Amino acid sequence: MQIFSCPFCGPRPEYEFHFGGDLGNHRPEGPEVSAEVWAQYLHFRNNPKGASEEIWLHMTCGEIFALQRDTLTMEAAPGQALTAAEGRP
Amino acid sequence: MTRHYSALSLVKEGLNNQKGWVRAWESRAPKPRYDVVIIGGGGHGLATAYYLARTHGITNVAVIEKGWLGGGNTGRNTTVVRSNYFFPESVRLYDMALKLYEGLSRELNYNIMLSQRGMISLAHTPAEMEMSARVVNAMQINGTDAELFGPEDVRRVLPIYNFSDKARYPALGGVWQGRSGTARHDAVAWGYARAASRLGVDILQQCEVQDFLIEGGRCRGVVTSRGTIRADRVGMAVAGHSSQMAARAGFRLPVVSYALQACVSEPVKPVLDTIVLSPGAGTYASQSDKGEMVVGGGLDRIPSYGQRGNLPVLETVLSGLVEMFPAFRQLRLMRQWAGIVDVVPDSSPILGESPLPGLFLNCGWGTGGFKAIPAGGTLLAHLLATGTHHDISRPFDLDRFATGRLIDEAAGSGIAH
Ligand SMILES: Cc1cc2nc3c(=O)[nH]c(=O)nc-3n(C[C@H](O)[C@H](O)[C@H](O)COP(=O)(O)OP(=O)(O)OC[C@H]3O[C@@H](n4cnc5c(N)ncnc54)[C@H](O)[C@@H]3O)c2cc1C
Ligand SMILES: [Zn+2]
Repeated sequence: MQIFSCPFCGPRPEYEFHFGGDLGNHRPEGPEVSAEVWAQYLHFRNNPKGASEEIWLHMTCGEIFALQRDTLTMEAAPGQALTAAEGRP
Repeated sequence: MTRHYSALSLVKEGLNNQKGWVRAWESRAPKPRYDVVIIGGGGHGLATAYYLARTHGITNVAVIEKGWLGGGNTGRNTTVVRSNYFFPESVRLYDMALKLYEGLSRELNYNIMLSQRGMISLAHTPAEMEMSARVVNAMQINGTDAELFGPEDVRRVLPIYNFSDKARYPALGGVWQGRSGTARHDAVAWGYARAASRLGVDILQQCEVQDFLIEGGRCRGVVTSRGTIRADRVGMAVAGHSSQMAARAGFRLPVVSYALQACVSEPVKPVLDTIVLSPGAGTYASQSDKGEMVVGGGLDRIPSYGQRGNLPVLETVLSGLVEMFPAFRQLRLMRQWAGIVDVVPDSSPILGESPLPGLFLNCGWGTGGFKAIPAGGTLLAHLLATGTHHDISRPFDLDRFATGRLIDEAAGSGIAH
């Protein structure tokens, strides 16, 4: 069983969490977004082997947070609030 | 020297103390240049090499495998072969594969042990029954065999199912495809390797592709652990490692890598002579020729390159299994393993030229690409030989993610596999 740590609830079992893609994959803004840019945002992923920066949802409390983990060893750092992870207030 | 496999050659070699067999494929040193290099010695890569040589007469070809042939998902899968998909594009693709599988043992002179024992995808609720009817209609319109089963039919093909009225997963019926079956996974890889090698293809094992040779914005070869190898065209069929290769070539893919698990029980007497899939319970099973129950289910939840599974999913799979087949509670499991599969948002493969000209993709088969190996090989070979799409591969180009023409089989046929 993999344990992830929600910034709000602390360590919880993996089946309470849902993968949300790459950290920093922001929705393209503005009136002129090309189909290719939309496709990159919607479907294309970094999918790294090793160190990975991701977004996860803790389904039980609803917190969406940043998670740094290793996709090969499955080591995971404690989850971080998104604002802190992205340097936002 | 005995090359051809037949009853006669078995007798002959029996009398000869088995001394005259030649190696199934040759182990040669890499050449500095090939017409085509294929990365990945799984079923798709090996089949591509075979069809390049046989269909297109291109024999100056190398298949480059970092480990051993079939050591990726091809040798880890649960070998279900079927074409019960929803969209016409998919049915054309998977039916092409199934038809080729039907003649493959003879074509390759290698027994792939295709056993078309039929597969039942169970429906446990009235809503699932309606979905089943929809899938059967779609399959029949697409010209592939499918039958809507009711409870009596399930009783006939699965006598050991839990038909108690307290059952957690009552069997109301489901989708039956009689041509579905299983094949021996190693044999598919080895059969293609042997046939390709005989036609002149080089099979390079223990050789890792580390980078691409890019000149003038075009892929001109690969950098490997055994030196640089030039090629006019490069194909890649590396399943769960596709994103990694793409990163070297300078682009991303709509792929996330996940572990998919399976397990087998101790061998028992024959009790299950069809393949049974329950999307509701998240479990499927078949009995191997040795008598083992081969059991699989859904993906792990966490993207992973660690080739081992996780317990929560295994628990779901096995609890579904013993609910449906209470007799299986007594079975002991012998082995459990996982492979890293390449999951795409619409659960359909990606075939076509990559954003790096000269490099061609065969990936995104996710949890269900074993059944597609003969088609994946045929289509990638066509792309590599002609530089253009075959009619059947065209809809599966990478460009569908920008045009929005997704072929969403997860929604279409409710597949887990
Ligand atoms: C547990 C499990 C059960 C499954 N069950 C089914 C099923 O019942 N039916 C079905 O149709 N499908 C099933 N699948 C899916 C199926 O196994 C795969 O889709 C299919 O085998 C993919 O074949 P491939 O040749 O593309 O990839 P693989 O067989 O994985 O081959 C890719 C090869 O590329 C090599 N490689 C990777 N990187 C490099 C590199 N840098 N240099 C050189 N070589 C490299 C790897 O070592 C590997 O051998 C299952 C998969 C798993 C894991
Ligand atoms: Zn929480």
